[in-house]
Amino acid sequence: MSKVITITSGKGGVGKTTTSAAFATGLAQRGNKTVVIDFDVGLRNLDLIMGVERRVVFDFINVINGDANLNQALIKDKRVDNLYIFPTSQTRDKDALSKEGVARVINELRDNFDYIICDSPAGIEHGALTALYHADAAIIVTNPEVSSVRDSDRILGMLASKSRRAEENEAPVDEYLLLTRYSPERVERGEMLSIEDVQEILSVPLIGVIPESEAVLKASNTGMPVILDTESTAGIAYGDAVARFLGEQREMRFLKAQKKSLLRTLFGKA
Amino acid sequence: MMMSIMERLFRKRNDTASVAKERLQIVLAHERAGRTAPDFLPLLQKELLSVVAKYLEVEDEMIKITLEKAGEVSVLEINVELDKARIRKALPIAEKKPDETKKAAAGV
Repeated sequence: MSKVITITSGKGGVGKTTTSAAFATGLAQRGNKTVVIDFDVGLRNLDLIMGVERRVVFDFINVINGDANLNQALIKDKRVDNLYIFPTSQTRDKDALSKEGVARVINELRDNFDYIICDSPAGIEHGALTALYHADAAIIVTNPEVSSVRDSDRILGMLASKSRRAEENEAPVDEYLLLTRYSPERVERGEMLSIEDVQEILSVPLIGVIPESEAVLKASNTGMPVILDTESTAGIAYGDAVARFLGEQREMRFLKAQKKSLLRTLFGKA
Repeated sequence: MMMSIMERLFRKRNDTASVAKERLQIVLAHERAGRTAPDFLPLLQKELLSVVAKYLEVEDEMIKITLEKAGEVSVLEINVELDKARIRKALPIAEKKPDETKKAAAGV
């Protein structure tokens, strides 16, 4: 059974594309045939995060308009088997995503893939609604910060009312909370909402906590999904989140503030 | 080291996270209530306003509609502020065409 997973948040800049890249890569690493689609028409960025920007020939809109077929547009990842990237258009506007066209493409992908990851644009308008419409599951990427939590709540409302599952009275979309840019030090100092705070407010099951990490910027610099950086806390935490999504039991890690040892303080190693 | 002792001493004052949580809980309670309200309320408000406006000179903000749920009972409350409203000089009834009056009388 093919599954559509939408990575969404409402707010911009919280880590949707980083998460989409990490989740798609993690699912493919575990032997699932996976495609990750960029729904941010006009502001294409998944290609850069996945490091395939120089291999884009045809895009999502070309396929919707019938100018190219799926096989021409899908980019096969060179690092991980079973992983495909479906870039979006850089030049069109978001209204180019017609409801029928997107449905046709998603259904064709369902026939060929185990997982279809939809990287949603920010906002709650056409692009974001199109990205969540076909969702069987949704990962709500949230920073422990007031505006992000509020926007996540809005998006949860949209999933409950505007998704295909809601419209056709099917079982509701499976919702998961992914906290990103989490800083245990700041939580301990009372400067940042804790995991418990955010969960209490949004009441959505937690799939993972990604600590604030320098590895995320380093990974995007080089076009490598951060989950492939298995030395980094963020990479490991994403690996855990994917494992939990697939039903494994894994304890949350990196939730305690690091005690600064004398050596660390002296040599400034984070 | 000194820093962390100071921070511990002043923890209460620096605890902005609990302020954030409280503010979020209040604003989201409000927004969620608005989200679950039936879609017809704004339309009903608009139509009622247009009816009232036939007879009185009223502004948009003078009419307020709320739908409240208390247990099993829902209460639709319509408040029209009449203090500042003036009665229109030309009442619409006088302008009605004969066939419309007939329809109204028949209860259609």
